[in-house]
Amino acid sequence: MRELFAKTALQGQKPLTQAGVTLSEEVLGAITSVACFPGKRDLVAAQLGGFPTPNRREGNLLWTGPEQAFLLGAAPDLTGLAATTDQTGGWAALRLVGAVDPVLARLFPIDPRTLTEGACLRTPLGHMNAVLTRDGQGVLILVFRSMARTAWDEIAHVMAMLQAREGIAG
Amino acid sequence: MRPEPFRLAAKGLIDRTKPLNFTFDGRRYQGFQGDTLASALLANGVRLVGRSFKYHRPRGLLTAGPEEPNAMVEVLDPGSALQTPNTRATVQELYDGLAARSQNRLGTLRFDLLSVNDYLAPFLSAGFYYKTFMWPRPFWEAIYEPIIRRAAGLGTLKPLNETQDYEKAFAYCDLLVVGSGPAGLMAALTAARSGADVILTEQDTAPGGRLLSQDGQVDPAWVKSTLAELASLGVRIMTRTTVIGAYDQGTYGAVERVGLHLTPQKHLPRECFWRIHARQAVMATGALERPVAFVNNDRPGIMLASAGQSYLHRYGVSPGQKVTLFATNDHARTVARQMKADGVNVVALLDSRPDASTLEDFPVHLNAKITDTAGRHALKAISGSHHGGDFQIETDCLLVSGGWNPTLALACHQNARPAWREDIAAFVPRPGMVPGLHAAGAANGAFSTHGALSEGRAAAEAALGALGITPKSPDLPQAEDAPYRLTPLWQIPGQGRAWLDFANDVTVKDVKLSAQEGYTSVEHMKRYTTQGMAPDQGKNSNVGALAVLADATGRSIPETGTTTFRAPFAPVSIGVLGAGGQGKGFAPQRFLTSDQASRDRGAPMIEAGLWYRPSYFPKPGETDWRTACNREVLMVRGSVGVSDVSTLGKIDIQGADAGRFLDLVYTNTFSTLPVGRVRYGLMLREDGFVMDDGTTARLGPDHYLTTTTTAAAGQVMRHLDFVHQAYCADWDVRFISVTESWAQFAVAGPMAKMLLNALLDEKLGDFPFMSCGPVSIEGVRARLFRISFSGEEGYEIAVPTPYGESLFRDLTAKAETLGGGLYGMEALNVLRIEKGFITHAEIHGRVTAFDIGMEKMIGKKDCIGKAQAARPGLVGPDREQLVGLRPLVQTEIASGGHLFNPGDRVERVNDQGYVTSVCWSPVLGSWLGLAFLKDGRARHGQQIRLVDHMRKLDVLCEVTDPVFLDPKGEKLRA
Repeated sequence: MRELFAKTALQGQKPLTQAGVTLSEEVLGAITSVACFPGKRDLVAAQLGGFPTPNRREGNLLWTGPEQAFLLGAAPDLTGLAATTDQTGGWAALRLVGAVDPVLARLFPIDPRTLTEGACLRTPLGHMNAVLTRDGQGVLILVFRSMARTAWDEIAHVMAMLQAREGIAG
Repeated sequence: MRPEPFRLAAKGLIDRTKPLNFTFDGRRYQGFQGDTLASALLANGVRLVGRSFKYHRPRGLLTAGPEEPNAMVEVLDPGSALQTPNTRATVQELYDGLAARSQNRLGTLRFDLLSVNDYLAPFLSAGFYYKTFMWPRPFWEAIYEPIIRRAAGLGTLKPLNETQDYEKAFAYCDLLVVGSGPAGLMAALTAARSGADVILTEQDTAPGGRLLSQDGQVDPAWVKSTLAELASLGVRIMTRTTVIGAYDQGTYGAVERVGLHLTPQKHLPRECFWRIHARQAVMATGALERPVAFVNNDRPGIMLASAGQSYLHRYGVSPGQKVTLFATNDHARTVARQMKADGVNVVALLDSRPDASTLEDFPVHLNAKITDTAGRHALKAISGSHHGGDFQIETDCLLVSGGWNPTLALACHQNARPAWREDIAAFVPRPGMVPGLHAAGAANGAFSTHGALSEGRAAAEAALGALGITPKSPDLPQAEDAPYRLTPLWQIPGQGRAWLDFANDVTVKDVKLSAQEGYTSVEHMKRYTTQGMAPDQGKNSNVGALAVLADATGRSIPETGTTTFRAPFAPVSIGVLGAGGQGKGFAPQRFLTSDQASRDRGAPMIEAGLWYRPSYFPKPGETDWRTACNREVLMVRGSVGVSDVSTLGKIDIQGADAGRFLDLVYTNTFSTLPVGRVRYGLMLREDGFVMDDGTTARLGPDHYLTTTTTAAAGQVMRHLDFVHQAYCADWDVRFISVTESWAQFAVAGPMAKMLLNALLDEKLGDFPFMSCGPVSIEGVRARLFRISFSGEEGYEIAVPTPYGESLFRDLTAKAETLGGGLYGMEALNVLRIEKGFITHAEIHGRVTAFDIGMEKMIGKKDCIGKAQAARPGLVGPDREQLVGLRPLVQTEIASGGHLFNPGDRVERVNDQGYVTSVCWSPVLGSWLGLAFLKDGRARHGQQIRLVDHMRKLDVLCEVTDPVFLDPKGEKLRA
């Protein structure tokens, strides 16, 4: 019988809305890292129904490095084709919904306009390693689970400053 | 005095429906929305706004812009005790409740006691400090320097933490247009119409540049419609934003003043630091008017003609009641005419040129020279000569125009030098000084409005060409195209001091002295006189000073050359440079899944890398850490202890070549490790020194899990990536960090197995030391490793991170039932010292495998660092080797102490080694130390003297084996 309780990185954290943006913790299901063995990318793609090119996501596959992607969901058996690693608990997922571009411009050294739906970037959030992607709902930011609180605080601070800016806009 | 005696009715761009109250040096004044502190002070008749840097001369406004050298004030933050020093009053916008204070004075601004320096001026010339304060030597730091700093200070800082918000942001565009005067507007319009993505920055509060300060240059309707069109085309117009540097590959730094013009508000950033990446850029930064050096040219009331024009036109403030102008060019004529038209009493225009026109509505005197001025706190009179003979004129305002200098600093930020243009007697940018940066308008030496518009369009067309965009160029509007007609004049000889650099109090005499003393290079002159080194960075004085230097050395100005222009173009607060790095932004905090559970038990948390780990778990009645630590150590040795070790780096390595890869990066062999077994490994840097240690488990035929120390997790990951990419990119190996994916807990002590069996879904069978395998715990898949960092029977159990807290709390509860419990970092440290296990206190980057007694771990196969580790000097009896230490008489010892042979003098040459780790062992009832000692392994049993000057320790110790407890490892194999 399962008696251990699973907790998310920011269990109990209420969503925060400021400056027209809502920040919340998103509970993702399983995350599996899929790293293709040399020369096996096409075979992996055939198994998974595709494999993302750099800086892109393809379906449930987020590009995270050369010939490496995070599969959101359960992975089929890829023995001999790719190294698969369970990353489920290792990442905290933060969702930004709304007028996110000014927030992104203050968090990431990227042009938010290039983060179109289907883009997926490895880019630092302050001193934190992040995976950044946009989907139909908004923007999803993945950071190391242990750093989730710092990431939340930094994003919330940027939102608070933007909100204050809105207050002075003539 | 009636309020605002100098404000003209119905003039200026200020909002007279919005009066604002402010104070300066405690006195109340009123200004209007749209004023700067400078314009509001001038409107109120306040002429004296500061004291000069060195001589403490009374000073007034010289300019109306960010180049202001004199009017620097402290702005007091009403919400806190903070103050912002060296704020330029000409940039500080007025807000209701603004409180400002003059600076660099002793006493009041009018009666500054340090103005005695002005009378000592004959002794205070350039180089004075170097010549005078040489003796006696210790006096410099103790006496002279503090006094000089007090006297020659700028503003003061409060020694408080900065608590206000600063922002950082990134922006991207096709074309960055710096400056929104006519050239910038035209460039932005051309590019935007052609479909480029444009950012237009403006340091001022509104776009327009000089158009805000002057009538009749271009139809105001054109400006209005252009701004509307730019907005409709999606151009990002960033006002209050100063581009401060041109960096590599089209990156520009810019500082935006966000909240500095308002009463401070919670979370409203004071400033924002922008990193703008532009594929192309147009520098339309305009030009700055330059003064002329004549005797006593620094009195309050003497300002630049363009500044007078700004105060009049933009702020509706008459710069004086009886205004005189002194000019070397035709531009000042426009100013005088406007003044006259606005009802200002223009006493005379003194034109230095012998051949200019005298046909004006006010008296014009040609061939004019000013040789002196009078008035201590405000200008009263000027005297000199002109075509009609000597003159003395009573005047309270003298507007000076020595010509214009293009604002070309950005173009020089990558160390290219500008070109001298004789016809305008000024430096102009050369094409291509910064790749992709095109100069236009006054910044490029085109001083008419028509010239600016046409150059702005051309620069945009050039940039569009580089971007591969076909330009859709707008027509140029009708604009002023008057000739400039300058006859350069840098200095007027006379008896007395003539200022070049107002901000740093550098005079013509100082520059000449510099040349006379051999400092003839412009860079030497700058450093000898400090010219150009003040907050204005020589914006008002560089060209004038090098013209004087050229004259003094008999060279031409282009031969003399300029000093180096460096970013930032304008003063930048440290706060905004550090935006994003304040408080926790400096480094992320990493929290364990057990964090709350540990804090609930009162554990003080200590930082380990970025992680927070419990130091110890105090029980009621335990008043100090050592009591708790001793109990926890005895608990682990007597029953069972639980500790969160999730901070250790975990790297998952897979592939047919995984074992081969580990063999390359580790000194010892992993390809032969059986599945289900764990092996300790030692990793060297390329230079042969120890990088890290840890255990690696073989989870499957092509699947390993390597652990690193907490401190070196990132370094090891980076190293593996490097080795893979640089040396064996084609190998069939893939690895990824799983540190965050598993919560891992050490369970150690004679009852460890009993505790585990209480939680494991299947009781543990034969599970010998250094084995590993999958288990299931309370229904959750887990991994179990039998390893020990305490010397006890030890296990580490790992579960997926989401279950970490739950397992930690369950383990703790069950351990306590067995008489055990949690142990923290302190106990963990004692346990490992008792066993002689190393940490990064020992493998600190300067030790070899030989030093720690592990050279046998460097196998026959090749590995990273092997060859280098065998270099002469890295092995042998001269090396300091890991040993244990026990004081002969029980007394506290400390790490950091150095070792000496008994009988030797305690001095560097006799140093035998040093202590890296110490603890009180409650098990052995002794202080224990780990140390590195010359030829230490051959000296077990000998005595050594431990001296620590910092802690005043001098203790005789016995040298021992570093393993104090259970040297055969019977307990951990039990």
